[in-house]
Amino acid sequence: MSREKPKSFQSLILTLHDYWSRQGCVILQPHDVEVGAGTLHPATVLRALGPKPWNAAYVQPSRRPGDGRYGENPNRLQHYYQYQVILKPNPENMQDLYLGSLDAIGLDLRTHDIRFVEDDWENPTVGAWGLGWEVWCDGMEVSQYTYFQQVGGLDVSPVAGELTYGLERLAMYVFGVDNVYDLPFNDPDSPLGATSYGEVFLENERQQSEANFHGYDVAVLKQQFEQMEEQVPLMLARSYRNKALVLPAYDMVLKASHLFNLMNARGAIAVAERASYIGRIRDLCKLCAQAWVDQQDAA
Amino acid sequence: MPQLLLELFSEEIPARMQAQAAKDLERMAREHLAAAGFLPEALKTFAGPRRLTLVAEGLPLAQADRQEELKGPRVGAPPQALEGFLRKTGLSQDQLVERDGVYMAFIDKKGRPTAEIVAEMVEAIVRGFPWPKSMTWGTKKLRWVRPLKRILCVLDREVVPFAIEGIPSGDVTEGHRFMGDGQPFVAKDFDEYAAGLEAHFVVLDVEERKARILEGCKTLCFARHLELVEDQGLLDEVAGLAEWPTPVLGDMDPAFLDLPPEVIRTSMRTHQKYFAVRKAGEAGLAPHFITIANIQAADGGAVIAAGNAKVLSSRLSDARFFWDEDVKVGFEPWLDKLNGVTFHAKLGTMAQRVGRITDLAGQIAHIIGADLTKATEAGRLAKADLTSQMVGEFPELQGVMGGYYARVFGLNGEVADAIRDHYKPQGPSDAVPTAPVSVAVALADKLDTLVGFFAIDEKPTGSKDPFALRRAALGVIRIILENELRISLKAPLRQSGAFLYDRQGFHDRTDGFKREEPLVTVDGSPQRASSQRIEAVAVDLIAFLADRLKVVLKDQGKRHDLVDAVFALGDDDLARIVARVEALDGFLKTDDGKNLLAGYKRASNILKAEEKKGPLPTGEMQAPTADSAAEVGLYNALRLLAKPLKDALDAEDFTGAMTQLAELRGPVDAYLDGVFVNEPEHRDNRLRTLAAVRDAMGQVADFGLIAG
Repeated sequence: MSREKPKSFQSLILTLHDYWSRQGCVILQPHDVEVGAGTLHPATVLRALGPKPWNAAYVQPSRRPGDGRYGENPNRLQHYYQYQVILKPNPENMQDLYLGSLDAIGLDLRTHDIRFVEDDWENPTVGAWGLGWEVWCDGMEVSQYTYFQQVGGLDVSPVAGELTYGLERLAMYVFGVDNVYDLPFNDPDSPLGATSYGEVFLENERQQSEANFHGYDVAVLKQQFEQMEEQVPLMLARSYRNKALVLPAYDMVLKASHLFNLMNARGAIAVAERASYIGRIRDLCKLCAQAWVDQQDAA
Repeated sequence: MPQLLLELFSEEIPARMQAQAAKDLERMAREHLAAAGFLPEALKTFAGPRRLTLVAEGLPLAQADRQEELKGPRVGAPPQALEGFLRKTGLSQDQLVERDGVYMAFIDKKGRPTAEIVAEMVEAIVRGFPWPKSMTWGTKKLRWVRPLKRILCVLDREVVPFAIEGIPSGDVTEGHRFMGDGQPFVAKDFDEYAAGLEAHFVVLDVEERKARILEGCKTLCFARHLELVEDQGLLDEVAGLAEWPTPVLGDMDPAFLDLPPEVIRTSMRTHQKYFAVRKAGEAGLAPHFITIANIQAADGGAVIAAGNAKVLSSRLSDARFFWDEDVKVGFEPWLDKLNGVTFHAKLGTMAQRVGRITDLAGQIAHIIGADLTKATEAGRLAKADLTSQMVGEFPELQGVMGGYYARVFGLNGEVADAIRDHYKPQGPSDAVPTAPVSVAVALADKLDTLVGFFAIDEKPTGSKDPFALRRAALGVIRIILENELRISLKAPLRQSGAFLYDRQGFHDRTDGFKREEPLVTVDGSPQRASSQRIEAVAVDLIAFLADRLKVVLKDQGKRHDLVDAVFALGDDDLARIVARVEALDGFLKTDDGKNLLAGYKRASNILKAEEKKGPLPTGEMQAPTADSAAEVGLYNALRLLAKPLKDALDAEDFTGAMTQLAELRGPVDAYLDGVFVNEPEHRDNRLRTLAAVRDAMGQVADFGLIAG
């Protein structure tokens, strides 16, 4: 294949979009609620459940308030991008498809050392787990590869295969850049001028870090969390055309989850409370997962 | 004789599961083959990143024909019974044979083709394989460790035909994922298979992969005057991560060498699975690493080396950042943070534990003659590094980092060493601390753990020991014995219990610790309930330590009955217990010892028999009144023995005490052979004499518990 190697952060994304589009995936846009990982997009958490085939790829901005470093750490961000692929049922040749995507972004598999290293993935806040690997390229983790076994405490059948690429890290590796803020966001030879990742996001990292660690009012966060928590079952109790309002209810779970992450970053959650908060979110998520599966079966 | 070759080809199998998988495959295959009456001449299994393989030599192509014997009804039984039997066997009455009044059916069974049996065996193995964790994939219901892609199964160069959930058997497999032509190839027997794999860049045998790694590492090192820092655990792991393991040497920025070598090695090992290297003949690390790649790259590995070097740099930059941040903070803020760290819900915070360890280390220092100030200082600081950033990242560096930071902060060297070494020994091959201050803190750490968990009834049961209390007990034992420490354990155990109960409150086993402690009445006077509990915990723990010591002594080849005989004396000084066991062991190997033991048993049997008739006479043995040389002899021997035996025991000269006991052998033998105990006028005194023998010997060990 003589496709041109991507030269910028955005062309890396476009290359992956193009590749997965050619494999037959639906190319989605990010979900418009703050989430901590691409997995939490309803296109993964909910669509992984139920019998219907589903193949999608999308970029998801991910927020980890506690990882904010005021733009001073070259590797850590409180807002970054994950590239997410979900294939249900996972095709027989999913590993080959994945390796094809690495080739597409310009990693020569006969020069680089690609390894599949055991990593059992789990996300306790959504009651999900699966088996798979971290994929290493020359010693660096470039993707997470998982066969979902359970989501929301329910068995995933047929099994969905999930791929998550940490886009900034992958781009830094492909472009040989040591500091995330130096990544070329667009083509460095653009006639309209080169723009770096830092020019787009550095100020955002600074302001959001300050807000995450000092800005948010803990009492307000807590109140909002509890409101969301209360609203989820109420929303699920409503229905339209005989279907419970799972999708809006799940958005509320996501909001609760993000509020929890903000409280955590503010240091407002004692170690002993942590598990109980995570359990509360998981319970809400399970309610949504069950309601979603019921709708799929009925359909 | 025909050969069976089976390969289960899958996506990447976790490295840690491969060795066991090879064993399980072998065991299951042997069981299935044996059940079918097959005993292969040779059977070998292999496990690697993408395949489990089995080869069995010398199988017949079919089971032998055999005759099955079925027992039917009695001759003359109701006709229905006979009809039923004929239906079951498919025979007519004239084909039955009468034997001992019973109808017998002899049915010729054709031996089944081996291929059929193999097909069933493979299905049973695949469906019943004991992976520690397995999964389903796609739309299949089958479980395997990761998706199973192919099954190669040939018997005598023919495919054994079957399919498991849509995966058909065949004679085709694949080689390396990235190297070679990438084309599947046919293998009809093991030779073709091995040659095919080799040609497709797969090393089948894990031992060969390890040898290849070591050899490759040595070649790389030799060229640059380096030495590999060997690491068996890491070697085992990386040998399961590559089908064509290829060591690649990379460079590390030498500036990182100012980090502690443990930090560099841990970072290399846990995050990156790299081997560390050192300059030939020198201590410390060299600024390089070796990664084990899965390919022999077209460019000789330059890109791989550069990529890995970059990842390592960012890892070590993180470590450097943790170090720099940590040395800005210091012990006191870390100690403060321990207030927020729970040790165990029922045993309080880590800070409370530190308080107990500090004071206990002081008490133990006093007992063993270590510097009191240094021991309490080290005890106070021992756990501080748990809240440092470096230990947060690398928990296995607990203690080690505390030791380094203590030196950076200018603390006394003995204190720093004690912080570093107080977790030791962490396993049977780990050295025990020897410096007195370190010993005091190491013992305090372990005793506080033992007392705490025993106090809340979290004792190990069976194979469950979630708080590693057996390891802690073994640590206590090894520290005491290897340092030849003389310490009566009850005192520090009681002290440790008192610290716990005084500070946490009273624990009543059901509600946890609480402040109001009930009073109990002991011998008519009120006492705190905790003092009873502390005593019970101490007694329990002595028994627990004794049990662990038994295991240690057994491992050294000491007879367990001798250990029991010595433990029965209720001693809590481990070094003294061991000395007694050793002396007793030596004594019982002598003729005197064996005979005296026999004499003891006879005497003790007489006493037991007489005891059944009523209480034994009390009081001191008196000089014999009958004119009997044997009686006088034993009486005198016992009287002469008393003082030297006591002296030897007081001096803890147990071999000497045994020598003294040996003096009893002749007189005891003569007495038992020549004196009739049950003469009415002499009975009481004669029983007292036998009791005196038992008591004298009982000062050395409970001979009644010794077999023989």
